[in-house]
Amino acid sequence: MNCRSEVLEVTVESRQVEEAMLALLHTILLHRSTGKFHYKKEGTYSIGTVGTLDFDCDYIDFTFARVSSEELDRVIRKAVSEFKDALSNSGSDGMGQISLEFYQKKKSRWPFSDECIPWEVWSIKVNVVNLANEQERQICREKVGEKLGEKVINVVEVINRHEYLPKMPTQSEVDNVFDTSLKDVQPYLYKITYQITDSLGTSVSTTMRRLIKDTLAL
Amino acid sequence: MDRDLSPQDKKDLDKFIKFFALKTVQVIVQARLGEKICTRSSSSPTGSDWFNLAIKDIPEVTHEAKKALAGQLPGIGRSMCVEISLKTSEGDSMELETWCLEMNEKCDKDIKVSYTVYNRLSVLLKSLLAITRVTPAYKLSRKQGHDYVILYRIYFGEVQLSGLGEGFQTVRVGVVSTPVGTVTLSCAYRTNLAFMSNRQFERSAPIMGIIVDHFVDPPCSGQRPATMGHPCNYRAPDEEDGFAGVQDSQEVCTTSFSTSPPSQLYASRLSYQPAALAGADLCHPAANPNQVLHAGKEGGVLLVPAYPPHGADAHLTVEHAPNTPGSSGDGDGLSQSEDGRRDDGRRSASPTDPVEALNAFTRKVGAFVNRPVTQITAASLDLPFAAFAPRGLGSEENDPMVQPPDSPPCPSPLQASLHSQGSEGSGPQDDFVMIDFRPAFSKDDLLPMDLGTFYREFQNPPQLASLSLHISSQSMADDLDSLPEKLAVYEKNIDEFDAFVDMLQ
Repeated sequence: MNCRSEVLEVTVESRQVEEAMLALLHTILLHRSTGKFHYKKEGTYSIGTVGTLDFDCDYIDFTFARVSSEELDRVIRKAVSEFKDALSNSGSDGMGQISLEFYQKKKSRWPFSDECIPWEVWSIKVNVVNLANEQERQICREKVGEKLGEKVINVVEVINRHEYLPKMPTQSEVDNVFDTSLKDVQPYLYKITYQITDSLGTSVSTTMRRLIKDTLAL
Repeated sequence: MDRDLSPQDKKDLDKFIKFFALKTVQVIVQARLGEKICTRSSSSPTGSDWFNLAIKDIPEVTHEAKKALAGQLPGIGRSMCVEISLKTSEGDSMELETWCLEMNEKCDKDIKVSYTVYNRLSVLLKSLLAITRVTPAYKLSRKQGHDYVILYRIYFGEVQLSGLGEGFQTVRVGVVSTPVGTVTLSCAYRTNLAFMSNRQFERSAPIMGIIVDHFVDPPCSGQRPATMGHPCNYRAPDEEDGFAGVQDSQEVCTTSFSTSPPSQLYASRLSYQPAALAGADLCHPAANPNQVLHAGKEGGVLLVPAYPPHGADAHLTVEHAPNTPGSSGDGDGLSQSEDGRRDDGRRSASPTDPVEALNAFTRKVGAFVNRPVTQITAASLDLPFAAFAPRGLGSEENDPMVQPPDSPPCPSPLQASLHSQGSEGSGPQDDFVMIDFRPAFSKDDLLPMDLGTFYREFQNPPQLASLSLHISSQSMADDLDSLPEKLAVYEKNIDEFDAFVDMLQ
């Protein structure tokens, strides 16, 4: 199956990393979350309601709408926070990438474990800059706000092409398509990964991963 | 063709499109109320949450939308439009955006109405939620209140984009194909916000013309929906009654907002300008960004001095020095802040209130100015504690108060000190020299209000009421007469003074 891949690139100041990532990830998840499914007899189901919440960024001149679910927000914040820490600890020139991957699980027979087949991957490339004074920071606030606005428009454009989406599952299959662990909303199954680019331009973790995969393939 | 669509599907589709239109209007208007929106997710489905999204229904907005639709649905050539505009407290208005829900002929027969179309409409509404926070009008609407309000108008039919000015931009929120056509949702927004800053200076609106509701709560969550719900149902300018309707509804809108007291109005007007400028820069480089900036800058300077009237007068008298030759002497320097003083001749024009005169002098000469300081000695003035006044103010011979200059051709030392060249008998215009003012610890920067400008503007604050004495009530002679009494009192309390001095040591 072809996996749709989209890349977004942003350049931010170090203290803006968190909010910029939250803005984009939440915007994508808003579109990729539904209400909780309630299956009824005869294979029909009803869908719960998704609320929304506006969030004002502190370090960026930007407001975004996200799903009104504290649980989901916590999960995303945790991932973004790890990414931010990795970025600042890396000692590289502040380049990294965080990926939000939507996948489907395909049950395989024993002894093979379930396969995770991605159907949409959003990669957000981050470039961190250091600014010299307050004036530049003020300009950066506004500029990054504008840029994020453009990225939101890009996201919306891609999503509204209405390309492949997993079929609505039956009750037994729902966990292969949706993340049913949250109480109030149900996003498609997703995972968030990140990579920090070292100064050589190659990503350390992908190199390792490639090595391991190659070894296992033998 | 409709015959391919089952009647049930057709009915469902019509219902979906109708409610989609209503929800679209709700999302747009709520995003322009100026507040953050928050609705709760609910795992148990309720029957009223269309498209599985928790979008509140403001009754007035629904009413307006239904009125505009008048039982019809968006169709080919019949678009539903929501126009967002800005109206200032002075009555100027400007269209900011037009959101259009259109339908075109491109059909998708194979699509399932009850499932795919419904879900895609839901995604489109989510996209609308995201995009409404991104267009420039969002930031403007969050800052509405004192200087301007945001209004909406719903109409059905042909899309009108002419009010958006030149260079407006369009963003497409999304499309959903249905068996009867393709639903398209888009927004056209104004990029040229320069109109507002320029217009402000064409009018000199009196402060008192605006309704001041000092103690009314600022528009907040409870109140706002009701006021925004006021139908902004203006029509084209050729309809008289339409305008009247606008005046009424918008007057009502204005009174329910708490406009600030006059002084704050100026300050907040100043703060509004950057918002407009930021908006202009945000989406599109404004046609004349420099022009806009300068207008704002000048406005800042023009408006502020008007507020403290005394200060303004002082400023003006300084700039336009007195024309009468007789006052070109001591009258100049001494009477710079009080016009009336000049009238009573030189002697009495010399400050009857020496303290004030001293203040006047020290005020005129700015800090760090590279000129000899005024040459009045405090000692020559009959002040108590005169000995404590700043020293080094010049010798007594040159003191114009002790020996007022006899005739115009002999310039006062004060004048001389302010001259760049000590030319004598010069015209009034040369009395006051613009000195390049560089305050310490400030640097040339791009901020509109730097330390130097601030200092210059507020260098002549208004007179304290307690210090401004009317000329006719006192004269130098009176002062001199009252001195012995004062001295007697001080002598009586000499012990107190001594104790005070000891305490200081």
